[in-house]
Amino acid sequence: MHESALAFPILSMLVFVPVAGALAITLLSKRRPEYTKLVAAISSVATGAMSVWLVAEFDQADSGFQFVSQHAWIEQWGISWHLGVDGVSLFLVLLTGVLFPLAILGIDPHNDDPARDKPYFAWLLLLEAGVMGSFISLDLFLFFVFFEIVLVPMYFLIGGWGYEGRVQAATKFFLYTMVGSAFMLVSIMATVFIASRNGVGHVTFDLVEIAEHANFAASTGRWLFFGFAVAFAVKVPIFPLHTWLPDAHTQAPTAGSVVLAGVMLKLGTYGLLRFGLYLFPEAALWSRHLWLTLAVIGIIYGAIAATMQKDLKRLVAFSSVAHLGFIVLGVFAVTSQALTGAVMQMVNHGVSTGALFLLVGMIYERRHTRQIAELKGIQSVAPVFAAAFTVVMLSSIGVPGLNGFVGEYLILIGAFLSARWYVVVAATGVILAALYLLWAYQRVFHGEPDDDNRSFAELKLKEAMVLLPFIGVIVFTGVYPKPMLDRIEPAIGALIAHVEERTGHESPRPAVVEHAPEEHGE
Amino acid sequence: MMFGQSDFSAPGVEWFHLSPVIALVAGALVLLVVGAMTPRWPRGGYAYLTVLTSLVAGALAMFQWDAVTDDGVATLVGGALAFDTFAQLVTITICAATALVALVSDDELRRAGRDGPEVYALLLVAAVGGIVMGSANDLILMFLGLETLSLALYVLAASDRGRPASQEAGLKYFVLGGFASAFFLYGIALVYGGTQSTNIGEIIASFQGSLLIGGKDTMVLAGIALLLVGLGFKVAAVPFHTWTPDVYQGAPTNVTAFMASVGKAAAFAALLRVLVIALPFHRDDWRPAIWVLAVLSLVIGSVLAIVQADVKRMLAYSSISHAGFILVGVEAAGHTAGEPVAGDGMPSVLTYLLLYSVLTVGSFAVVALVARSNGGDTSLDAFRGLAGRRPVLALALTVFLLAQAGVPLTSGFVAKWGVIQAAVEQRSYAIAIIAMVAAVIAAFLYLRIMVSTWLEAGSEATAVEAVPFSTGLAIAAAAGFTLLVGVWPGWLLDAAATVTTYAR
Repeated sequence: MHESALAFPILSMLVFVPVAGALAITLLSKRRPEYTKLVAAISSVATGAMSVWLVAEFDQADSGFQFVSQHAWIEQWGISWHLGVDGVSLFLVLLTGVLFPLAILGIDPHNDDPARDKPYFAWLLLLEAGVMGSFISLDLFLFFVFFEIVLVPMYFLIGGWGYEGRVQAATKFFLYTMVGSAFMLVSIMATVFIASRNGVGHVTFDLVEIAEHANFAASTGRWLFFGFAVAFAVKVPIFPLHTWLPDAHTQAPTAGSVVLAGVMLKLGTYGLLRFGLYLFPEAALWSRHLWLTLAVIGIIYGAIAATMQKDLKRLVAFSSVAHLGFIVLGVFAVTSQALTGAVMQMVNHGVSTGALFLLVGMIYERRHTRQIAELKGIQSVAPVFAAAFTVVMLSSIGVPGLNGFVGEYLILIGAFLSARWYVVVAATGVILAALYLLWAYQRVFHGEPDDDNRSFAELKLKEAMVLLPFIGVIVFTGVYPKPMLDRIEPAIGALIAHVEERTGHESPRPAVVEHAPEEHGE
Repeated sequence: MMFGQSDFSAPGVEWFHLSPVIALVAGALVLLVVGAMTPRWPRGGYAYLTVLTSLVAGALAMFQWDAVTDDGVATLVGGALAFDTFAQLVTITICAATALVALVSDDELRRAGRDGPEVYALLLVAAVGGIVMGSANDLILMFLGLETLSLALYVLAASDRGRPASQEAGLKYFVLGGFASAFFLYGIALVYGGTQSTNIGEIIASFQGSLLIGGKDTMVLAGIALLLVGLGFKVAAVPFHTWTPDVYQGAPTNVTAFMASVGKAAAFAALLRVLVIALPFHRDDWRPAIWVLAVLSLVIGSVLAIVQADVKRMLAYSSISHAGFILVGVEAAGHTAGEPVAGDGMPSVLTYLLLYSVLTVGSFAVVALVARSNGGDTSLDAFRGLAGRRPVLALALTVFLLAQAGVPLTSGFVAKWGVIQAAVEQRSYAIAIIAMVAAVIAAFLYLRIMVSTWLEAGSEATAVEAVPFSTGLAIAAAAGFTLLVGVWPGWLLDAAATVTTYAR
């Protein structure tokens, strides 16, 4: 395991700094609401800076976990504070670190009462800590704790600062996820006990130890995997467990939607990779056709449903169902490119959908409606705004030269080797994505603006500053994805090697391999 | 000849080892005797004496804990009482809950014009009864403890003399409780018939080396069934739960908190003593019954809790669901009952009792405050907009509710995790899964209260809740403990792990 030159416990700090910020905000005096945002900004920017630093210090040649921090926590139950980051989680950590300061600084919560800023920012920071922690936990218990912590702030953000149907949406969100988590909790405990009897030798919640040493009987492993998979399938969400998502997205405040789409949905796909494929390779491979089928249904269903939405935010929400379908397809194709593409697409979707929600939020602020039918001809009154929307939209569609293309292409080409016919169907999802987004764009931006839309304000400087990082990443990754791929690939290679070693499964590789010895037994 | 020789020899009394109980009795006597002879004490006097007494008793129990870990377990007073960490943990639990309840009672009683030494003396006497139940090594003594606790509780439930609902609650509890005590006593008689003894050590010895056959075993089995009914009533397990919602709702809120904490802890401790410690040889007979009780309590408690409109009733049903959870731990303990290497079942049950006692007193304390400012209204509507009026109080309530739901980083999670871990360890997967599903169903209930508190606007007419110092102190202490154990449970688990070495 890589010994980092950093003596600084950077991963622990990624969790503690937002928590400290949230605590500081709750302790702030009621009479000085102006400091609230400042504290939130400082702690989220500091976290963001640390995540950038983490990427800079990351050793791309190392496929294992880096910056590992391990301390005993509840020794009686073999629970430890075990954090680490590898190529799979690195960019998700970065995404989290960067997305939150943007959401905190760039999006106005529109509180009538400045006192309401306090809980709003405190919840956002707590949410950041939870998401961060989930991505870097290498202990099943710790992961579960963070995974659950995420629920509470999100529930309050949707319920407290959302739109008209917020209470119902928040409750639905909470209950769906709780049901999934309950399955996972039972599975975690069963995993720990069964593993302690089969290969590990003692009760421990350590992910790496269980993954490397436990020998689950096939049927046991499948049950355990099922428990985890239900929780993640709700979170992703995989069809048919997706029904909470459009409501939650539509009703959440803009910052909530950005974070929800940007990083929280990735908890599901990340979980499927880390706690599905890595922990239960046999079960994941055994059930892969189920997941591939559901993924493809999700892609097509999400796209068709998005086409028919009248509400712009709902449209983006359903497009998430489709996009996440691609990621699940990539995960369960279990080939090097597909998995690399899946990891990359997690980040890409976070960036492009996060930006889309941001833009829809801006439209709502100006027009106080999200109905496509009430918007018209915005392009002629706000050309720069329209241009920004176009770039983000094209990234979401997956146009070459932008980030969405790289990830989706890798997934499709990688999955083609192992799941050909699924890819054939899934590829039509790309076309449908173009259909629903371009059609929506046409209805909202083209044409002559009517009276209501004539005064649509152009992009403000502050809004542009928030959008700029998104667009920068979209273009940069689209043109030059190598730095990202270089860091993801070793970890994916190690994961595939682990899967192959544990199951004897041979993941198909592309026929053209550089420098491969030519052996033709003719 | 009347005063002739007798072979009766008085057992030695280990006064120091009994000091927690003595302290509580002394406190109760001071309240009654001095309180009756002196004019009304200054405000809070009765309550703080009760708090002090309970804390002293709790501290003495901690000294006893050291004595146990230094010198090993023993039986006291001629084998009547067990002297082990099990007993001390139950004592500490009951003392802590009593102290919290006394703090909550202070303001409630004074505002209702009912301040006086009687209620506090009854609390202390009930606590003694509970401690005796949890430390009894003899079934007759256990019955005495049960009756001491129950009689005090009947009176306490009816202590709000001006309110018919309180009278009704007291009477209901009395009639049904009387039945349950009779069942329990009959069960003791049958077990005695089968084993020739009521002493737990001798009961175990009577099984060793010889199997009961024929009528004697039937008698013991019938005895177990009756004991289960009696204790099932006290712990409010389905189907012996029907009194709970009515009594919880009708009784004054501070008494409800006491019933849910001390009453439950004592009854479960007694259940463990009777089943796991005294009757391990019949574990395969009683374990399925516990399984059924657990599942019924979990499912029915959780489901019925959701459809209630009154928060006190909700918490009553949720306490039934918690009883189900604790029974999951009892079931797990049943798998290894009597074996030298015990599983985590017993420690998990006792941990749950301590954590749940603190939690539930905290929850009811908040309910008491809200009810008071709304003229006794404990419906869900009264909680609307609480966060707007009293954000800190709402936050404390949220901590308690999250803990009851078993959310991580609260003590409730440690409690639930413990029993489920114990069940999974014994491969009782089915019951573990049912418990988890019930937890999710119950979570909806806590969510409903939280939604009312945080997300719904209260009516303009609702008065802002006054938070008196003593109640605030109790709530703060309970919430602090809930979070502390949630984040840092190691010390408690270590302590609880020692209860598997018990005296008998």
